[in-house]
Amino acid sequence: MDSATLIQTLLNSVVTSSVYALVAVGLAMAFGVMKMANFAHGEFFMVGAYTVYVLYQLGGFNFWVAVALAIPIVALLGVATERIIFRQTGANILAGFMATVALGFVLQVAVGRIWGVGLMKRIDTPYMGAADIGDAHVGWQRLLVIPCAIAMLIALRYFLYNAKLGKALRACAQDPEAAALQGINIRNMTMLAMALAGASAGLAGALMAPIAAITPYMGHGVILIAFIVVVVGGMASIGGAVIAAIILGFIHTFVATLTDSLIATMVGVGFMALTLVVRPQGLLGREKS
Amino acid sequence: MKNPNGAASTPAGGSALPTPSAAASNPDWRRKYGGWIAVIAILAALCVIPFYMKFYHIELSIIYFMSVILAVSYRLITTTGDWSFAHIILQGIGAYATALLAKHVGIPFIVMVPLAGLVTAAVGAIVMFPMLRTKGFAFFIASFAFGEFIRMVWMKVNNPFGGTGGIVNIPSPELFGLKLTSSVNYYFACMAFMVAAVFIMWRLDRSRIGNAWKAIHTDDMLAECMGVNVARYRTLAFVVGSFFAGIAGALLAYRMGSIDPHNFEITQMVYLVIWVVIGGASTFWGPLIGVTILTVAFEWSRPLLEWRPLMFGSLLIMFLIFLPGGLESLLPALRRPPGEHYARFRRWLTTFRPG
Repeated sequence: MDSATLIQTLLNSVVTSSVYALVAVGLAMAFGVMKMANFAHGEFFMVGAYTVYVLYQLGGFNFWVAVALAIPIVALLGVATERIIFRQTGANILAGFMATVALGFVLQVAVGRIWGVGLMKRIDTPYMGAADIGDAHVGWQRLLVIPCAIAMLIALRYFLYNAKLGKALRACAQDPEAAALQGINIRNMTMLAMALAGASAGLAGALMAPIAAITPYMGHGVILIAFIVVVVGGMASIGGAVIAAIILGFIHTFVATLTDSLIATMVGVGFMALTLVVRPQGLLGREKS
Repeated sequence: MKNPNGAASTPAGGSALPTPSAAASNPDWRRKYGGWIAVIAILAALCVIPFYMKFYHIELSIIYFMSVILAVSYRLITTTGDWSFAHIILQGIGAYATALLAKHVGIPFIVMVPLAGLVTAAVGAIVMFPMLRTKGFAFFIASFAFGEFIRMVWMKVNNPFGGTGGIVNIPSPELFGLKLTSSVNYYFACMAFMVAAVFIMWRLDRSRIGNAWKAIHTDDMLAECMGVNVARYRTLAFVVGSFFAGIAGALLAYRMGSIDPHNFEITQMVYLVIWVVIGGASTFWGPLIGVTILTVAFEWSRPLLEWRPLMFGSLLIMFLIFLPGGLESLLPALRRPPGEHYARFRRWLTTFRPG
């Protein structure tokens, strides 16, 4: 691997890591509050990408307007999921989970029926050209993902640690009963967690729209990676998810550059298996959640 | 759990009940033997109908028998509370083992089918080792990831798995000189394996082992305190379930003559979950009811092929919200006063209200 490829792979790793982090943080946060994950999270990502496709490519909106609109649209989808599914299935964790598996199906078919399944959607790259860093050549569109993701993560962190609502959310994740005794409405917090999860997944999907291949089934690969990241990071731990996203993003990109992406995903699963055997609670997970 | 057989299977074979006078003269009679008579009547009917069915429907029945094995063995794993998401992949392992061994080693059909089960059980035991560290929801994710891993191995490794193209030219099955390529012959072979598999799993479900599995599901700490080796029994359930999934896979590989990784995609797995959840997983007969009704529903929905995942996905969501116990809980639910259902519906409607 010469220096140009090395720099290029490093930059790509950062891009991959930021997307993983965006997707996994929402999953981990929702898991923390509900003790239940959303299998349709990958489809949220897909809906985010389709929002940009529809608004920017078909609707002729400005790219940033499309990205900014993808965030509330997918957040709304998250709220709807909480209301229609999680609130109904209640304490039955597996029922809620199975229902989101079915929701993933429903979203895939709905999107596929409306905009077609066949050819993958092409999006004109809003920012042409590439940055020359050293000898490496990285497209602007890719580099743009990094500051957006970091901004979103910092905003999320600020919200969780400084805003009253964010503190309440963290309290719910730590101990729902104690939080309820302090007068925190757990249902609203669950809805908030799902909204934030949807927002971050929607942003990730929107940013990846011009880079990735847009198909109704693009969520499948995303959810697999997101689950691996969350398990490695320690299920409910948001910090753990970010660290695991960085580690797995680098591993994935380097293995994918040296061999191919299928093997890279397999390495990711192997890493998760190793984590489960050596440290089942995950990198930053507590022994008993 | 005292007598799931007599109570639950009678409605399934309602037409085969004894004459009213016999039942009336001895009320216990119906309770005691009704289930057995229903089962025997269904089996007798299954033995006769292939001679009157169209070719297409015989093929459909063969697939149905495999689905029954899959659904019942999947439910067996779930009795410990472990909802796996790799069951279709386990079926695939059986299918791949069959394809490779029958093709390159030339093992005959009657040996190969149980052997495929054993190979799958061995893989299941290996995979279960790290997965034992996870429970409930994390188990689901871990099994999903492992399943995807195995599927990627099939897609990636050309020798011996044939990559995305899979394996073709699996030798046609033969039993004691009888060609099983004919649909009717294969129908009976599949039926024999299905009946044997369901019978063994039914015995297991009612045995001490089955009770230990259910105890783990109810409260694993308590079960551990009562002297149940939780890790061993969970592994046992997974391995037994894998064994029967492997048998279903062997039957599939022989019938298709060629297999590839697309046969074992996540979509199939979701349909399997839909069968079991809609049928109901708390009794042995729930998955059987689910797989039977949904196989028919699948055939009806053939004109709407592209919409199928949406329809069955919505159906699953509806069931999980309104009838989480599945179809097997339909009769008890109907016995409850209608006001209760109305209240439940009202409660559901409130979720669309703001605030």
